[in-house]
Amino acid sequence: MTHTTTNIATETQRGPVPLPAPAARALVSLGATGTIASAFLSWTYSSNFPGDLTIYGYPAGLQILAIVAGALTLLYSLTLWNVRGLHRLNPAGATSPVLMTALSAFTVCWFAAIAIAVDLGGLVNLAPGAYVAVAASALPVIGALALPHPAPGTGLRGYLTKPDQPRPGPLPALAERAVITLGTAVALIVFTYGIGINDDESETFIGYLLAIVFATWALVHAGLLDRYAGISARHKGFSATLAFVAVAVFPFTQDNDHNANLGVSILVFATVALGLNIVVGLTGLLDLGYVAFLGVGAYAAALVSGSEFSRFSGVQFPFWAAALTGMAASLVFGVLIGAPTLRLRGDYLAIVTLGFGEIFRIAVNNLDGVSGPNLTNGPNGISRIPDLEIFGFNLGDAHDVGSFTLGRFANYLFLMLFFTAIVVLVFTRAADSRIGRSWIAIREDETAATAMGINGFRVKLIAFALGAALAGLAGTVMAHVNYSVNPQPYQFAGAAPPNSAFLLAAVVLGGMGTVSGPLLGASLLYLIPEKLQFLKNYELFAFGIALVLLMRFRPEGIIANRRRQLEFHDSNTPDTPAQPDEPAVTKAGA
Amino acid sequence: MTTPVLEARAVTMRFGGLTAVHSVDLTVGSGEIVGLIGPNGAGKTTFFNCLTGLYIPTEGTVTYQGTVLPPKPHLVTQAGIARTFQNIRLFANMTVLENVLVGRHTRTKEGLWSALLRGPGFKKAEKESEARAMDLLAFVGLDHKRDHLARNLPYGEQRKLEIARALASEPGLLLLDEPTAGMNPQETRATEELVFAIRDKGIAVLVIEHDMRFIFNLCDRVAVLVQGEKLVEGTSDVVQADERVIAAYLGTPFEGEPGEEEAAEVAAAEAAADAPADSTTGSTEGDSQ
Repeated sequence: MTHTTTNIATETQRGPVPLPAPAARALVSLGATGTIASAFLSWTYSSNFPGDLTIYGYPAGLQILAIVAGALTLLYSLTLWNVRGLHRLNPAGATSPVLMTALSAFTVCWFAAIAIAVDLGGLVNLAPGAYVAVAASALPVIGALALPHPAPGTGLRGYLTKPDQPRPGPLPALAERAVITLGTAVALIVFTYGIGINDDESETFIGYLLAIVFATWALVHAGLLDRYAGISARHKGFSATLAFVAVAVFPFTQDNDHNANLGVSILVFATVALGLNIVVGLTGLLDLGYVAFLGVGAYAAALVSGSEFSRFSGVQFPFWAAALTGMAASLVFGVLIGAPTLRLRGDYLAIVTLGFGEIFRIAVNNLDGVSGPNLTNGPNGISRIPDLEIFGFNLGDAHDVGSFTLGRFANYLFLMLFFTAIVVLVFTRAADSRIGRSWIAIREDETAATAMGINGFRVKLIAFALGAALAGLAGTVMAHVNYSVNPQPYQFAGAAPPNSAFLLAAVVLGGMGTVSGPLLGASLLYLIPEKLQFLKNYELFAFGIALVLLMRFRPEGIIANRRRQLEFHDSNTPDTPAQPDEPAVTKAGA
Repeated sequence: MTTPVLEARAVTMRFGGLTAVHSVDLTVGSGEIVGLIGPNGAGKTTFFNCLTGLYIPTEGTVTYQGTVLPPKPHLVTQAGIARTFQNIRLFANMTVLENVLVGRHTRTKEGLWSALLRGPGFKKAEKESEARAMDLLAFVGLDHKRDHLARNLPYGEQRKLEIARALASEPGLLLLDEPTAGMNPQETRATEELVFAIRDKGIAVLVIEHDMRFIFNLCDRVAVLVQGEKLVEGTSDVVQADERVIAAYLGTPFEGEPGEEEAAEVAAAEAAADAPADSTTGSTEGDSQ
């Protein structure tokens, strides 16, 4: 009787595929190596498929992704062989990171094969290399499923829930900084690769997203991302500086100005999202018309830019004055909208801001001298905004730095990066202060907050006005980057950012109340529509589905707030020793 | 007698046609612990909300140390009255320390600009606030949990944290709304000690409570509120001996208590109702009622 039960127990502890563990491990390693090797073969006969996968020994597009995913799988399969030093990558020797990396290689290869067959019309277009890739990438998945099940008896769910990973103590400071540097470099490389994928190579970009999603999932399950978050939290200044350095390095990695243009647009969008995060993430005020403040800033800057289409075409402010004008104009509108509505609670603000967003667009559309006073030149907008000149340095001209040529958009990228830094500084400093605490208190419980002596209206108005002013600041740069302003982009929801729905989504998707969350969310939300052009008509649909899924499976957003982390890992706060946890873990394991 | 810390005069609160609190007078002297008891729905919490500016009393005035209180919760707190809530209202996603720091809002001045510029004054004020907050956490015995999220504290500690947060506003009067609700006897005892310790700091306390032993141990004076009106006020002995209070809580024995005869009658009726229980829907309804 007892014998059978233990038999069943070992049976269920093994994965769904009946293979002995050493064979399973060998299968994973072999398959991973095979996947890498297959990338050096030709996958198709025609160079019509994006990325040109026809050349032997010269991997391109999806093949590069297969190599990376295969290498990650190999690395994680080696953690199961007790290779010295590698156990750091998977401290608990868990199964699920191996499965996730295997899945990343598997999905990339199978997606590539299917895409080739569908795009070019039939399986005949698959070269032998593609069959090798398909077969080799399936092996690690089978092998990983034969490894011990992470939580016997829970089925599929056991693979999807994050395994318990030990939490090692801090490394020496220098090593931690090296880890941050490495992490930032990897992030820069991954981002640069993604932005460098041609707009018409949607297949490659989908493969890129698949590889990233599963690889990130694997890193989360291996506990490495948590660890990395902990390390960079200990070296906040250092990691923030490095992140800015990485963005500043980005233009030097690009040989054309198009990607720098994308970069500066992402930066504007991300900065505005961070401003919105003060309002939504910290203070908990739902602002559905935030993009209007960006518009106010952009129009204000355009009006005083000296453009011949401006109502005040003779007026040309120096840029610092134009930036302040844009900020001040947005601030005024922020106060005008906020003052009457912030006294109320609940959803009134959402309705009023939604209305304000639309009123702004419609008003700007009509202030053309025909249906109203001439101020904004109507639907044509204000075009031919002259390039900025700061300290005699014309941002419109290309400049040579060493052997690199930095084009117009690269110049604006540096300018915008400066403003992003200001907004990040404002956000972090404000959040960690008396005023920031009162914002969060209002978000948590407004009645209790007022009972603690917080003047709710005043504090909310400050948050709202500050958010508006920061959006206005970003708008002033945006007007110059885009040469022109017109009413069209400043709508509630549209297929392309920036619009209020996308901004809000960037904040929610990235993680409310964090700095890096909205920046990451904004980058994703900008890049995905840009690279997946074929989605065009279904974009909002896909976007809606993605949001629903995210809210179902990770409501705290991609990057969880420090508070949320505490919520889940309270036993590991600095004050309580980690030891009491250990017996519990062994008990669960036994 | 010195000037009272709190003086409520003829406070009346009407919601439409319903008079929740009717012409209640109450004074709390300095260093006093005053209890406010009454059956459920007597208007105790409504009265509290009138004192703290959450409601604006329909009639009557509330003065704190001789000045009439403005009808805004944050100004009341600024003036020196702090409160806790019947159903704990902590900032659940903030840490224990941050909760107390929010409590210090009225006693600090640093605005947005000083937060952005981070001058020496800002750092000094933050440091001082943190030191004060840690003192208070040590006072209620939560200093070892400063970095825990408030939501993760056990129930009793959440109550303590709410008191520490209220004390952070350096009040002259602390209003406690059912501080021992849901506590076991040991925790109730500890809360009692805590309230005495608060009084020893020179803070007057007004407490609503249903736990009579707690109230009568603790309070110098007890006021009884029944159906929005103050019934009695006095020391524990006076209130405990008052028949009207007992009547309000337990009801009065009505004329002609049921005798043996009536009891037998009821039993017979019940037996009769049980027999054809499922014959008609009418009787089933009668049963369920």
